[in-house]
Amino acid sequence: MPKVIKYVWLDILQNKIILAYTLFLLGVSLSLFGMESNPAKGLLGLLNVVLMVVPLISLVFTTIHFYNSYEFIELLLAQPIPRTRLLLSEFAGVASSLVTALLVGVGVPVAVFGAGFTGLALVGAGVLLTVVFVAMAFLASVLTRDKSRGIGVALLLWFYFALLYDGLVLGILFGFSDYPLEKAMLGLTTLNPVDLARIFILLQMDVSALMGYTGALYQEFFGSALGSAYALGVMLLWAMVPTWAAVRVFRKKDL
Amino acid sequence: MIEVRHLHKSFGRLTALDDLSVRLDAGRAVSLIGPNGSGKTTFLKCLLGLVVPDGGEICFNHQPVRNGWEYRRHIGYMPQIGRYPDHLTIRQVFDMVKDLRKARPADLDEELLDAFGLPALFDKTMRSLSGGTRQKVSACLAFLFDPAVLILDEPTAGLDPVAAERLKAKIQREKGRGKLILLTSHILSDLDELTTDVMYLQDGKLQFFQPVEWLKQRTGEEKLGRAIARLMSGEPLSSPQSDPTALHFTPVGEHQLTTYDF
Repeated sequence: MPKVIKYVWLDILQNKIILAYTLFLLGVSLSLFGMESNPAKGLLGLLNVVLMVVPLISLVFTTIHFYNSYEFIELLLAQPIPRTRLLLSEFAGVASSLVTALLVGVGVPVAVFGAGFTGLALVGAGVLLTVVFVAMAFLASVLTRDKSRGIGVALLLWFYFALLYDGLVLGILFGFSDYPLEKAMLGLTTLNPVDLARIFILLQMDVSALMGYTGALYQEFFGSALGSAYALGVMLLWAMVPTWAAVRVFRKKDL
Repeated sequence: MIEVRHLHKSFGRLTALDDLSVRLDAGRAVSLIGPNGSGKTTFLKCLLGLVVPDGGEICFNHQPVRNGWEYRRHIGYMPQIGRYPDHLTIRQVFDMVKDLRKARPADLDEELLDAFGLPALFDKTMRSLSGGTRQKVSACLAFLFDPAVLILDEPTAGLDPVAAERLKAKIQREKGRGKLILLTSHILSDLDELTTDVMYLQDGKLQFFQPVEWLKQRTGEEKLGRAIARLMSGEPLSSPQSDPTALHFTPVGEHQLTTYDF
């Protein structure tokens, strides 16, 4: 498996997209931290960038990479290599290069400007989001044979998780505003990895007081060790279930 | 060496392979012949596990291959259209496949590499190669690991005459060394020199699987191409014709109709 990952890396390094992504993240982080004297404010700005950009780039890059490696996959599958190992190596190769870009582009500035535990939570959430959306993009790619349709599905996934979902939740909140929805909100949050990451980081920032009674409940739940473990577990499920489904589909796919 | 039983594959409504059973033995060179879209490439891809069959069984050395991958160690595959990662050089492609196959340098068969003069082009990227040179790379990769089975899909298509002759000589030698060779080609004269058996597919069904001598004897033809044409046309076998060249491509009924009109 490490051998296949090596060649996936070689392939990714040849096109300069990952380098551009790293420099973009580095530029945004440095300018946000540079503008604010208080690293906590810079972190808040960075939070929005990470929550929007990381899923988008992860989805689109993975999808394009998958379709562009079709020849590579075909070539390797005629060799004595099991399909599961090939797909998991592709996954590991893509996810690890995107995570490296994030660690360099966001992790290093966060460490340099001393953003503390909150910064660490931001970087950790970014890493998990990367893995989750790479997994989703792999599932979308093995399900669709056509490149443009695959990218379309990836963009729709991003619209849904980054924009649409919050609208739906707001709709539910207004529609049922007469009822106590705190517990339900907690459940709804876990259905969207982006929201889960956002709330987890916000709670580290001590701004939950601004979120009213729901915020207090969130603080109580995610503030506890059990709540953090729950958040981490849900994120890992979000990564593992699509990966598992993608492997299952890929094993039966005709090339 | 390879046994196929009741193989079935359909793509949506299209049936690509229909209840196909065949046994392929070592030391034979089997030609797959059939019209375009008769399932030749699908059959080869099923053997390689690139296409997953809907039903039936493929056994390699008496072991079922379903979802297996180890058996591919013994197969060299030359695809109809070799597609490679664009920006890799020829050297990188070879190094990668060698690395993944864990081949020892002593076991490599680099005869074709030299015959095609590929070492001189080693640092060119795959993107910059002509179709013919890509075919040469595919051929070299298929023969490189000295596999017991060679699957060659249109091996001479796109090759210049010198390279095509060298490749055919190589196939001939490997056949002599007791390997199983499976090939398709549209150039029947190419197959004539190389083949020992003919496997004829139509609409995904196996029409016949016979040794070349049998075919030639039954049809009374010297050339494989004519023998096949005679069989396809449905003419009565082993009946001497006064002018054998005139009738090969017309089925019996049509031929009679023509005579009537005449």
